[in-house]
Amino acid sequence: MAATVGVVVFPGSNCEHDVVEAIGALGGTARIVWHGSATLGDVDAVILPGGFAHGDYLRPGAIARFSPVMEAVGEFARSGGPVVGICNGFQVLTEARLLPGALQKNSGLRFLCRETTVQVERTDTVLTSGTNAGDRLVLPINHFDGNYLADPETRRRLNEEGMVALRYVDNPNGSVDDIAGICNPEGNVVGLMPHPERACDPLTGGTDGARLIGALLGTQAPRVIPARLSTAESTPTSRQTA
Amino acid sequence: MVEVRTRPGIADPEGATIESALPRLGFREVSGVRVGKAIRLSVDAPDEAVARQRLASLCDALLANPVMEDVEITLTAL
Repeated sequence: MAATVGVVVFPGSNCEHDVVEAIGALGGTARIVWHGSATLGDVDAVILPGGFAHGDYLRPGAIARFSPVMEAVGEFARSGGPVVGICNGFQVLTEARLLPGALQKNSGLRFLCRETTVQVERTDTVLTSGTNAGDRLVLPINHFDGNYLADPETRRRLNEEGMVALRYVDNPNGSVDDIAGICNPEGNVVGLMPHPERACDPLTGGTDGARLIGALLGTQAPRVIPARLSTAESTPTSRQTA
Repeated sequence: MVEVRTRPGIADPEGATIESALPRLGFREVSGVRVGKAIRLSVDAPDEAVARQRLASLCDALLANPVMEDVEITLTAL
């Protein structure tokens, strides 16, 4: 499956290097794609990283949706290509209507920066295929607008059609139905508020995120990733495909 | 002017926080506080109906997210 991942960078994105680092450490190849590009190039998957695309002006993701690259991302997603939006990337995916619902301010009106535990609900998505239903993953969150909401009809659909990928065990932000991440019915487009790319190395506190990013790369997610001493070692040497 | 507001029934934590501060300030008669955005802009259009229609499409495309927001358009001839 996917081994070369396009990491889309908007003006104001700030998690792209964390994503690139995680992909490299897990044996994949990352390619930065500028938002002004009309094409994605030859990639197997796309990640929209976290940050504040276009300053989050108006609403998070509202302007990013109109970046030239988003047309290519939409086309890639509709043709079945794996697309993952992390945090701000999730907000962009909802604004682009590639995923339903929206993300509003956290119910406590606080910027949240801490670890959360999420429970896997659906395992046949491009991001969760390396997990089992009911698995609990510890992942960091880092957001102000992470309070997922959707109208009653969409909520019914999300729950009945298995479009909820991850739920918070202890809801930190007021999201309806404890939703931390959702996917499209096909499971190839996934959006989530927690940052799996920041939980891929024991040095940063945990490796549960590697089970998600690793699945996206189509690699067997390693149980324990050895701590790396230099970034030079993150250069991909072997590419394992599943 | 385009006023963008959180839709009724959707929590508005900012409005609720402001409202909770009011009794302490002596404004017990004020309730129903909702916080939104006001966007002022000029539209070059032959008449009010066209201007309203153009703004409605702009709201739908960009200015508001219909999942959580409603808009109210107020036009003033210049």
